Amino acid sequence: MIARDVRLIARLDIKGPNLIKGVHLEGLRVIGDPQVYARRYYEQGADEIIYIDVVASLYGRSKLTEIVRHTAHDVFVPLTVGGGVRSVEDVKELLRAGADKVAINTAAVQRPQLISEVARRFGSQCMVLSIEAKQRSEGHWEVYTDCGREQTGIDAIDWARQAAALGAGEVLITSIDREGTRRGYDVELTRAISDVVGIPVIASGGYGNDTHLLDIVHQGGADAVAIADALHYDRTNLVEIRNAARAAGIQMRHLP
Amino acid sequence: MKPQVTIVDYGIGNLYSVGRAFEVCGADVIFASTPEEVAAARHLVLPGVGAFESGMAGLRERDLVEPIRTHAAEGKPLMGICLGMQMFATVSEEFGEHKGLDLIPGRVRALPHTTVEGEAQKVPHIGWAGLYKTPRAEWRETSLADVQEGDGIYLVHSFAVHTDNPEHQLAFSPFGGHAVCTVIRRGALIGCQFHPEKSGPVGLKVISAFITH
Repeated sequence: MIARDVRLIARLDIKGPNLIKGVHLEGLRVIGDPQVYARRYYEQGADEIIYIDVVASLYGRSKLTEIVRHTAHDVFVPLTVGGGVRSVEDVKELLRAGADKVAINTAAVQRPQLISEVARRFGSQCMVLSIEAKQRSEGHWEVYTDCGREQTGIDAIDWARQAAALGAGEVLITSIDREGTRRGYDVELTRAISDVVGIPVIASGGYGNDTHLLDIVHQGGADAVAIADALHYDRTNLVEIRNAARAAGIQMRHLP
Repeated sequence: MKPQVTIVDYGIGNLYSVGRAFEVCGADVIFASTPEEVAAARHLVLPGVGAFESGMAGLRERDLVEPIRTHAAEGKPLMGICLGMQMFATVSEEFGEHKGLDLIPGRVRALPHTTVEGEAQKVPHIGWAGLYKTPRAEWRETSLADVQEGDGIYLVHSFAVHTDNPEHQLAFSPFGGHAVCTVIRRGALIGCQFHPEKSGPVGLKVISAFITH
């Protein structure tokens, strides 16, 4: 297999007008203006930006479209946007605002056919399936919706396989267990998913240091890695992470 | 005075990012959807996503095929992006045979579904790849003048252009060990398979060079 460039993605969780961060998707703290942070990560060489509106599926999207529009104003890398996306019309609105892809979790679980509708209308490259999962036992993870609030009883691996067959172009897999802990990505979960889908997998939740990144790429089979609070709290930056990853032999985009 | 750039709007989706990218590179951006507006252009940009046939249909419905061909024939700067670049070719094999603008002789063919080693690979090709010189290509005095070999660009495509004349190829990107043509050029005409508006600073360099040349 010929390696592709592994993508470094800055993930920004949004609540109302604010960039926020929690632990296990809970205990959210306000960090600042998402556009300021997105622009900073773009300048540091982010390969992509992900926005997830963490309360949108509960209260509806309010500020998200506006934030996307402002971000697309001066950020010139692909932008993936999720949170409260329920219909083809919602997707259309976000794409018009400047998003390149949408990430869908709750609405896809409730009505899997939405995945096919979005893929047919806008292309599978637009349709990112977002899975938030908690480990239940060895080799089993349960899908949660509404940003970690609702259990579904659905097996994450089965769901990923089904969604890929329905036309999802990519899977964003967030480990609720690891999210915000800095203890490393859930390598087993990501590996299990990347083994059953023929589409790229973005690992999210748990970045603490560069060893975690090497593990999730080499052992977890991740095509892309999302990093959030390590960037928001300025513990590291994307330049350092990219340099460390390349020094360790991971193929990444060449920046001038 | 700011250079004026005309972006062809033929109903194929979001042009916001494309417009913004040209603006930050110093251009005054106009969106054009009538033959008169296209005919008045100095620097013309043909963006595009989606299927070849619907792209050409969008141009035909608005009577834009002839003004674009005339613009090219007069040697005025023209940039095609993604599907816009593919439409420069003579014909496409996407969902049957479809005639293109025929500005650069060549065919649009499906990307190889196997690597050079014969292993299956994912198509569409979505993501970052390096830009490299094709044999005998000269980037000086083209829109790639400020790009370094290997610089990363962002691609989303299932089809690629094969030019009849190798000299019309300016750059390629590796895909499963294959050299896939990602920039074509003929005179003041440049076609980018990648999205300069999504390729970070490298993409903006390509846009800046296009509008200042």
